[in-house]
Amino acid sequence: MLAIRSVSAPMRRQCVRAAPRAAATLSFQNRRFYSDKVAKFTGQKDASGNFPVSIIEGDGIGPEISQAVKDIFAAAKEIYHHPPATIESIERNKVALKGPLAVIPERQTPIGKGHVSLNLTLRRTFNLFANLRPCRSVAGYKTPYDGVDTVLIRENTEGEYSGIEHVVVDGVVQSIKLITREASERVLRFAFQHATEIGRKKVRVVHKATIMKMSDGLFLNVAKDVAKDFPHIEFDAELLDNTCLKMVTDPLPYNDKVLVMPNLYGDILSDMCAGLIGGLGLTPSGNIGDQCSIFEAVHGSAPDIAGQGKANPTALLLSSMMMLRHMGLNDYANRIEKAAFDTLAEGKALTGDLGGKASTTDYAQAIISRL
Amino acid sequence: MLSRNSARAAQRLVRAAAQQQPRAAARSYATIQSDIFKPTKFGSKYTVTLIPGDGIGAEVAESVKTIFKADNVPIDWEQIDVSGVDSGSPGSAEEAFRESVASLKRNKLGLKGILHTPISRSGHQSFNVAMRQELDIYASICLIKNIPGYETRHKNIDLCIIRENTEGEYSGLEHQSVPGVVESLKIITRAKSERIAKFAFSFALANGRKKVTCIHKANIMKLADGLFRNTCASVAKEYPTLEYNDMIVDNASMQCVSKPQQFDVLVMPNLYGGILSNIGAALVGGPGIVPGCNMGRDVAVFEPGCRHVGLDIKGKDQANPTALLLSGSMLLRHLGLDDHANRISKAVYDVIAEGKSRTRDMGGEATTHEFTRAILNKMETL
Repeated sequence: MLAIRSVSAPMRRQCVRAAPRAAATLSFQNRRFYSDKVAKFTGQKDASGNFPVSIIEGDGIGPEISQAVKDIFAAAKEIYHHPPATIESIERNKVALKGPLAVIPERQTPIGKGHVSLNLTLRRTFNLFANLRPCRSVAGYKTPYDGVDTVLIRENTEGEYSGIEHVVVDGVVQSIKLITREASERVLRFAFQHATEIGRKKVRVVHKATIMKMSDGLFLNVAKDVAKDFPHIEFDAELLDNTCLKMVTDPLPYNDKVLVMPNLYGDILSDMCAGLIGGLGLTPSGNIGDQCSIFEAVHGSAPDIAGQGKANPTALLLSSMMMLRHMGLNDYANRIEKAAFDTLAEGKALTGDLGGKASTTDYAQAIISRL
Repeated sequence: MLSRNSARAAQRLVRAAAQQQPRAAARSYATIQSDIFKPTKFGSKYTVTLIPGDGIGAEVAESVKTIFKADNVPIDWEQIDVSGVDSGSPGSAEEAFRESVASLKRNKLGLKGILHTPISRSGHQSFNVAMRQELDIYASICLIKNIPGYETRHKNIDLCIIRENTEGEYSGLEHQSVPGVVESLKIITRAKSERIAKFAFSFALANGRKKVTCIHKANIMKLADGLFRNTCASVAKEYPTLEYNDMIVDNASMQCVSKPQQFDVLVMPNLYGGILSNIGAALVGGPGIVPGCNMGRDVAVFEPGCRHVGLDIKGKDQANPTALLLSGSMLLRHLGLDDHANRISKAVYDVIAEGKSRTRDMGGEATTHEFTRAILNKMETL
């Protein structure tokens, strides 16, 4: 858990941090903001030759599933260790792994109250501009959809979640969706770059520019510009309605694409994709920033089963695989991921949520035995 | 002379006021509980505005006209060919659009396909949205239900999406503060939230439904969606026999593709309605089979519930007319012509259930014409 509540108030938006570059927008409208790789990992090994990674264990089942991940990493002789997380340590290590945080009224997002959630605080503090959400069908868990393998990237700092709202008169509220060229370019560049890295040939922008001609129109136009810098990637755009319809009808045509979209659409569609493969317990998530990146399990902290050793650590484990790949440690990631997917496919050591009887440690041991 | 005239005028006014007063009170928030519409009826026939729309519109509207005619439905169509596709003469499109709005205001009842909206900024605003705003047809109803005999991934789905149609993200208010920085306004008002909430609850009550779920994102948009959620919650208190809960839109989307059976009536602001109606349509078999309508205080426009233009299969005789046919049946029930409505919808369902004649989107080979013919044949046996 983290004591960084204090920073939440003054950080109204990422604009604070982005201010110097935003000023440049005025004079060089068509200037590219990024010439180099977006969100490059710049962490350094420490004295013992390991990459330090901050870990936020979270609440509820958080400590158990974090322990499972640590055990698996130890078994894989992973070259990393994990100091307790603080803002400073995350800043220093450039990377963190985060478990679920509990919904505590004064800390998390209470509906209808004016607090900023801790997730939002982390996002703003470190300017984590892209949310990366892959969803892949798990062989051991049957849903109505087979063979799903989608990759969604969501703009994470502005859009509908800008947090700019006001009551005009009693009973009339305006909520502002903010789309800027800079933030759009940043996330779009990341999307193309990520597609290249994971070997996908197509990037698709999801938008609603028929209705929001200026805001989504800007996002779409920036995408067309950025696409010119990636001639080896096929680029196209699709209306939000069509994406929803087609993905739920048949998600397989999306297996060769990276989808990128503004904040709200990404939020909804990434959870929807998670629904296709069996829920948030099986999907990893990464919040990517230039300064540092935080990988997390997006499911709840399940206080009802906390401490009972029943929790499923898959989401956090898969998030940590994403983290390893982000750090360039692909070999380790592939090895552990294969062990995890094989264990799930075999179906002998599944946790309760997947219809099995195994405990968190049984499941972790099953993975370790395959390493 | 003068005094007699003015006395008569005054009498008329009094009489009109006496007639109008109770109705005005009942109409302050129109719901389907009150008798809200007065369709135009000449002789024994109703006049209904027909807007085939773009894409597959012309083909499926033809199918509806054929079937309605075969059943001797007492409706005269007032057809207006509005198109949102760029025809090269921008004035004529606007003119046809204005004509369609005037016609709907006159007839108070319409059957409509979907109009295309261009993406380019120089292109016109969505005619679909403009029409809803102009006629104040604020409540969109989209019925998502498995069609018996047509297997999809999910079974036993029966949900109804009620969507606010006139404000929210579709306000059309946008501006560029400085180059590269765009603001788009989402407007939520208590009055419109209350009206849609009341509509949803009275719809649920009138149709024997058990539960109303409010869909929102009030954890992030605390003021806007917070207002919507709070308003729904306070309206819910007036309907103690109905179960009420609320759900965040991303969770609702996830639940929709994993456990859609849990939902009954869903009420939500504009954009979320667009998203969930598409997800919902995909669950039961696509936009070709999902009926819907838009209700206002004065006007009701029936259109496919999952609004897709279908430009890609335009003119190929592949379109599925089921959505427009079932929307048409809803229109007939709205007019009290239940016999016609039942016969037509039963024929449609029977043909689909038999599985011999199905259009391509349902995995069949039949053309729009063949499918229509199959329905006509079926109707003769009913």
